[in-house]
This record gives sequence, C-alpha cells and structure tokens, in this order.
Amino acid sequence: MRDAIAKREIRAREVTEKFMGQIEKWNPRLNAYITLNEQALEQAKQIDQRLSRNEKVGALAGVPVAIKDLLCTKGLRTTAASKILHNFVPPFSATVVERLEAAGAINLGKTNLDEFAMGSSSETSHFGISKNPWNLEYVPGGSSGGSAAAVAGGLACAAVGTDTGGSIRQPSSFCGLVGVKPTYGRVSRYGIVAYASSLDQAGPMARTVEDAALVLETIAGRDERDSTTSRENVPQWSQKISTNLKGLKVGLPKEYYSDQVHPDTRERVDQAVEAVRAAGAETVEVSLSLTDLAVSIYYLVATSEASSNLARYDGVRFGYRSDFSKRPAEDIAEFYCRTRGEGFGSEVKRRIILGTYALSSGYYDAYYKKACQVRRLMREQFLEVFSRCQILMGPVCVSPAFKIGGRIADPLKMYLNDIFTTSANLVGIPGMSVPAGFSKAGLPIGVQLLAAHFQEQHLFNAGKAIEEAMDIKELPHVLQ
Amino acid sequence: MSYNDWESVIGLEIHAQLLTDSKMFSPDSTHFGAADNEHTHPVSLGMPGALPVLNAKAVEFSAMTGLALNCKIRQRSVFARKNYFYPDLPKGYQISQYDEPLCEHGHVDYFLNGEIRRVGITRAHMEEDAGKSVHQGEATLINLNRAGVPLLEIVSEPDMRTPEEAAEYARTVRKILRYLNVCDGNLEEGSLRCDCNVSVRKKGEAKFGTKVELKNINSFRFVEKALEYEIKRQIDCIETGEKIKQETRLYDSTKNRTFTMRSKEDAHDYRYFPDPDLLPVVVEENWLAILKAKLPELPLARAGRFQADYQLPVYDAFVLTTEKALADYFEAVAKDSSNPKAASNWVMGEVLRELNEHKIEIEKCPIAAVDLARLIKMIDGKEISGKMAKDIFAEMWQSGSSPVHIVKAKGLSQVTDTSTIEKIVDDVMVASQQAVADYRRGKTKLFGFFVGQVMKVSKGQASPELVNQILTTKLKG
Repeated sequence: MRDAIAKREIRAREVTEKFMGQIEKWNPRLNAYITLNEQALEQAKQIDQRLSRNEKVGALAGVPVAIKDLLCTKGLRTTAASKILHNFVPPFSATVVERLEAAGAINLGKTNLDEFAMGSSSETSHFGISKNPWNLEYVPGGSSGGSAAAVAGGLACAAVGTDTGGSIRQPSSFCGLVGVKPTYGRVSRYGIVAYASSLDQAGPMARTVEDAALVLETIAGRDERDSTTSRENVPQWSQKISTNLKGLKVGLPKEYYSDQVHPDTRERVDQAVEAVRAAGAETVEVSLSLTDLAVSIYYLVATSEASSNLARYDGVRFGYRSDFSKRPAEDIAEFYCRTRGEGFGSEVKRRIILGTYALSSGYYDAYYKKACQVRRLMREQFLEVFSRCQILMGPVCVSPAFKIGGRIADPLKMYLNDIFTTSANLVGIPGMSVPAGFSKAGLPIGVQLLAAHFQEQHLFNAGKAIEEAMDIKELPHVLQ
Repeated sequence: MSYNDWESVIGLEIHAQLLTDSKMFSPDSTHFGAADNEHTHPVSLGMPGALPVLNAKAVEFSAMTGLALNCKIRQRSVFARKNYFYPDLPKGYQISQYDEPLCEHGHVDYFLNGEIRRVGITRAHMEEDAGKSVHQGEATLINLNRAGVPLLEIVSEPDMRTPEEAAEYARTVRKILRYLNVCDGNLEEGSLRCDCNVSVRKKGEAKFGTKVELKNINSFRFVEKALEYEIKRQIDCIETGEKIKQETRLYDSTKNRTFTMRSKEDAHDYRYFPDPDLLPVVVEENWLAILKAKLPELPLARAGRFQADYQLPVYDAFVLTTEKALADYFEAVAKDSSNPKAASNWVMGEVLRELNEHKIEIEKCPIAAVDLARLIKMIDGKEISGKMAKDIFAEMWQSGSSPVHIVKAKGLSQVTDTSTIEKIVDDVMVASQQAVADYRRGKTKLFGFFVGQVMKVSKGQASPELVNQILTTKLKG
C-alpha cells in the first residue's frame, strides 16, 4: 500500500478515509480505539500535496497506523486506559510518535489497552473491553489488545504496541499478527507512559513480517532523551530479509514444550519448527532451567518499578482529581488517597501494593534484590544458550485466546499466561510472535522466536520463512 | 548541674546548589528569579513518559568538589529513587544517590582559634531539588522552577564538638565551593542549605546520645545559635529525667528556638532502589586527572602559602583567603607593590572596610589592584605621605582614577625638598616666637603644634619625616 501511495496510484487521503470508514463501522463492536485522531485526514492530505509537488516523503508516507494509548501524542488525549489520565492531553509527543510522523505515517488514533499496560487481556481498561476480531467473545490479548484488534480487524495498517512482559507478542499471537518486542534499548521510551522502566519496549504489530520490520526500522535508534537507548546501528531489516535459513541454528528450550501447553498450540509450534527446518535451519534442544521463575521475578521487578513510576499520578498537576468541592480533604494524605483510590482500577492498585511491599525496608533484600540477582542469572543462562544457537523457538502462550471474563477473576492464572514471554523482557533480548495457523476453534496461534541482543534480523528471516510456509489466507469474519 | 559536664556531638549535612545553567536531568534553566513555573520542562513536571537525562556539568562540578574535599571518587556510582509523596515533588520520588554515591571518605581542614582542625566527610552525593510549596490561606500553590535543580549533599562525620566548630566548618565548605565556582553559597536564596545533626553525652562517654536533626537554618550565625539553643535544651531535658526523642526540629530565628517538625515515627520508608531510567555514572581515571589538574589552589593551602611567601600573620592569611577573588586581589597588590605587609594592611583595613560599608563584593571594588599597588609604591618612594595616601585612597574609591592621576591633577605630590621645608619651618618659628620660647623651656608637648603648623602651610604635602627631622634640629636652637 505504501508503494501504491508513493507511486501515486492511490491517494493517501482515500486510504485514510477508507480506514476511517472501517473504524466508524467496526470500532463500536471491537472497541479497539479509545480516541480517534481528528487530524488524520489533514495529515493524509499533506502527504498527497507533497507527493504532487514531487517532494521527498518518508518511508511510511500515507500509511495509516494506530498508536497504543500509552504513547504521548502532542495535543491528542493520552489516557493509558486509566481514569486517572482520562483527561490528559500531553504537551509533547513520544519519540516513537515523532519518528512515525516524520516518516509520513498517518496516526489514526489511540488504541485500547489494559490500564497502564497491566494485564494480559485488555479487560482492565477504564474504557471497556476490546474484542478479538476472530471471535468477539474472546479477548484480543493484552496489554496491547486494542492495537491487535485494530490491525487484525482492518482498522489500521499497522500499530505500535508496548511490551513489558509479552504485551506485544501475546495479543499478536491471539489475533494472528506479527508482533516484535525489540532488544531493550532499541526503541526510545521517551514519552511512553512508564509501567516498568527496565522492561518496557515499544514495537510494531503488523500483518506481515516485512511490514513489522519496516515500522521497527522507522522507530528504532538512539534518542538523546532516553539514556537507556542504544547507540547500536539500526539495520534496514526489511531490505535484508532472507528466507534461506541454511546455517541457522534454532534452539528448542525443553521447558517451553511442557504438558502445560495446549495441544493445538503445541501442534502449530511443531509445524512452525518444521517450516524453519524445511528452510534449511538446524534445530537443537536446549534448556532454560530458570523458566519456572520467570513469572515470579517478572512480577517482583515490574511491580516494584511500577509502584514508583505511578507515584506521579497524584491529581496535583494533571489528570483526574477527586471532587473535593463537597467534601474537602482533611489533609494531604486524604487528598492522595481519594484521588488515587478513585483514579486507579483494582489491577493497578494490586500491582502498586505488591511493588511497594517488595521495596519496603525489611523486605527489599528478600524480594526486589533477590529478584534482581535471579534476573542476572537468567541473563547469563540465555547468553550461554545463545552461544550454541542463534534463535529460540517455542509457543508465545500456553494456549490460544481465552474467553472474555474467563480468567480476570484469577490473577495468578492470568499471570502464568506470561510464562514464555517475560524472560525476553527480563533478559533484554528481542522476541517476535509470528502467525502459525489456527486452533481447532478457529483462533489464531502464534509461534515465538527469540534472538540474542540486537539480532533482530534472525527473527525477521525465520519469521518470514514461517510466514511463507504457513501461507495463511484467512481473514477474521469482521473483515468479510 | 553544670553544662560543662556535657559534650555535644555535631554532624552537618550541607546541600549545595550547583551552578549549572540547566537542571540535573532536564534542559530547563536553573536561574533564580524567574516567573512562577517558568522553568518547567515536562521532565521537571513529572509528565507521563518524561525521562531524566543526566547533566554532565553537574557530575563534573560534583567530582571537583569531591576532590577538593579529599574524597575518593567512585569509579561507578548509581542514581536511586527516594520514594515519598509530597505535592512539590512532581514524580513522587526524588532522584538521589543512595548506597553508591559519587564521593566518599574525605575530610576538610579548617582554621579556628589559632589552629587547624579536621572534619571527616562521609559522602557527597548528587541529587535533584524538589519544588516549593507556597501556602496562601486555604490554598497551597506550587512553584516547580526549583524542581530538578542539581544539588550536591555533603555529609560530614559527627566530628564537631561545639557550635563554633560547626559554623566554622560550614564556612570553610562554603569557601571551598566558592573557590571552585561550583556554588554561589547564598544561604538566603537557599543555594546553600545546612542541616545539623546534634546529640549530647556526658563528657568521657564513648556512646553517642540520641540525635536530633535541625533544619531551616539560613545563616552561619544561626547555625551557631540554633545549636547552642538545642544543646542546652537537650541537656536540660536529660537533667530533668526526660529522654531525647529522635526527631527533626525546625529553627525559628526570630524566637531563637527549635520546634518539633516530625518525629521518627512519622519518618518515611523511602523504598530506595536504583533508578532504571539512568545508567550508572562511570568515571574514568584520566578524566579525574584532568579535573585534578583544573582544581584551583584551595583556601587552606593558599593561607599557608601567604604566611610563607609574604610573612603574613596566621590571622591575616586566613582573612585574606576567605574569598578567592579577595585573595587574588591581595596577591596582585602584594606582587605589584613589592610590599606584602603594606598590601595586607591596606586590603584588610581600608579596602574591606569600604566594601563592607558599601556592601559590595571584591569583584566590584572600584579600585583596581594595580592602582592600590601604585599608591603603596608612592608611599614607599616617599612621593606622598601616609596621610595624603588616605585622602588619595578616598578619591580613588570615588572616581576609580589612578593615584598618579589624582596626585597630578591636585598637585599633591609630597614636598621632599629640604630647603623648601626649612624655609617653612623658619617662617612658622618666626610667627610663633612665644611657643618657641616655651618649647625651649621644656614644654616639648608643643612639638605637635609645630608639625601641624608646618603641614598646614605646606597644604599637607611636606614629608612628615623631613618635617620631624628639621623641626627637631631647629627647635633645639
């Protein structure tokens, strides 16, 4: 589509209009978007004008994208799907948003998510539940569920999500998309509402491997405003994709092929492994013995950082403030308690309390510090495994998408859903979800690829080989 | 009961605002006196998604200070979040350093009552300032201009035993900061803040008493007064059988008392943890070597050198080195005049008196060092008398002109021609024959009268030495 726009076979304005029409038609059912960008059409017209004057345009000129509502957009409401930010209009844009706009992408709007990206189903949003376009009774996954629903439902060409413990890969798996969590430090976190700073990374969610690579190379790279971004060179992955996997060693971590995994998922993953073998890769069994601890370590690290990151939502400078006109606050503590008590949802509160506890004096050594130590061990274990293979393959999740309401009452079960995705965040390595077919019930299933730090190219190569082998033609029913 | 049986133990926490142009972690300005909330970048406001980026200048200033305080500079230091809720703390945490501060294990030597004393420096760490709450009736307003301004917190060992020592130590730290030009040391504007930890114990006891922290002290004189009050209060408490509570107290300078601010039970659990938004600060040896080479001569060393090179008394050497600019001024005068003793007398006397009187800094002194040196040389060359010099000095202060120019313009040069003075003396003696007779009968007190007459006739330009000499000879008859 971007080629068609660049060659002026189709106008950017028409493309945007078409997507806006789809949004109008389907968003009420999918609830993918929280806020639409009223400037979208104007942005598209500007692209057309520049093209008509033969001016240079960016790599994504005229491509309509959706932005997870965790990324600040200057002048456009940014809520993090929380009541506490329901009225927040940022005075600046996230670096990722700036780079997308500079590349000519059209921002269609802000997509739904679990409140503050805390969740695996998009059910904790203050703005309602997003639906899975493949079956509206199912969750689209989370936390980037709105982004997944938007792209899978044809309400955007591609989307930007964020992934702290699997929040790009898991919804991509549930909705049949290609989703990439880049290496930690690849993509600037500036302007992205922080959940867990040492784990958060933004990344693309798209329909094809090539689209995902294209979006990632647009948003990646050093940003002076984020000290944790890497100075590592950003390759043009999309142009270097090769499906000839000869010489590629693929590790199959035995812990990722346990009995916990749903048989349909297992079958699709096995099929994907076959596909990379057929493309010339060699597979070896490896072991990641700390996998069992990943979820516990993740929830300690993430909630500790979150408890501090979310302290700024106090109703003093911006966002929701409790109504003190009828009953004024007795003291500053009451001011905070009422504002935060009313502004945050229960999952967010649960995680703030968990994190506060883990950092408290007397518990710090046993929880937060211990978690950091295990995290270092996990990193060593992964580095050791990557000395013997270039990528790892396994399921994204233990099962395909579950029904709305199916797990929300059981946080532990919901948390265990993240068992295969959290390691990549804790270790900082890139990961990808690639569609590998469907469950017997007709829900998409993704396979997960992991590579060593800054080795995203391996993911795109193997991902493309799987994509070609699977040759999926089905579309969700809302598109028909 | 006697206060003399007791000993106080004092340690200081000095917060120095670093003289960087921009804030510790954001590009907005640090300059004092802006409109409310003018210097508020999204980072300073704690906006969602805003991230801190470390100001390299702040690290340089902090490391330089650490070196000047004889600290070890950690090769790797870490920023940590200090979590607590307060309306003027925008992020709900302060970025500070906790278990891995930039500077550790140093000491400061200071001069008191004729001797050099030493205070250990536990640590000096970087942190950001909070904003300011302004209470107006029912409402509380918040100004975040100061939020994120870089601070260096210098924590001393509990090595001081008297309020006087504490105040002098604090003055010395301020002096060092100003020599380094990393902090303006302005206590009233809050760019230097001094919290005191104090406890008391019976003399001879090894164990420390329960400590109390004193805050809100905005001058060195108040450091002394607040501590004096607090020490007496603590001794009185214990003597009457009470226990000292570990608490933070505020000093009220108008009442000269301290009041409870918060007790230990209200103390926060700050939940420190390494800030994941910032990388550890890694300091390289060769960078430190460059900084070391850039360090100016520090006040104590300079005072020592002044004593040795210029034969100044200890006291003079310390007064002249309180400010780097003053020491530079003195040294220029001393060198140009080749008369350090006179230079010291003039700078410590006339110059400091005028500066104090007009409340101006030495940097703004209307008399250039080179001109003061010339004045001294003119005295030493007997071109002018000491008395004339004082008048010329006053004129120099007024106009900023050189002494040579003033002397020329007013025809003031000293009369050193013996015959001219002899002639004046003769005239005076003729005009005052009665007095001459009285003098010769033994009324030698009249000598001063003759000097005065001669000086009057010469319009003060006659060389006093020659006048004395000639008068003595001639009056003998």
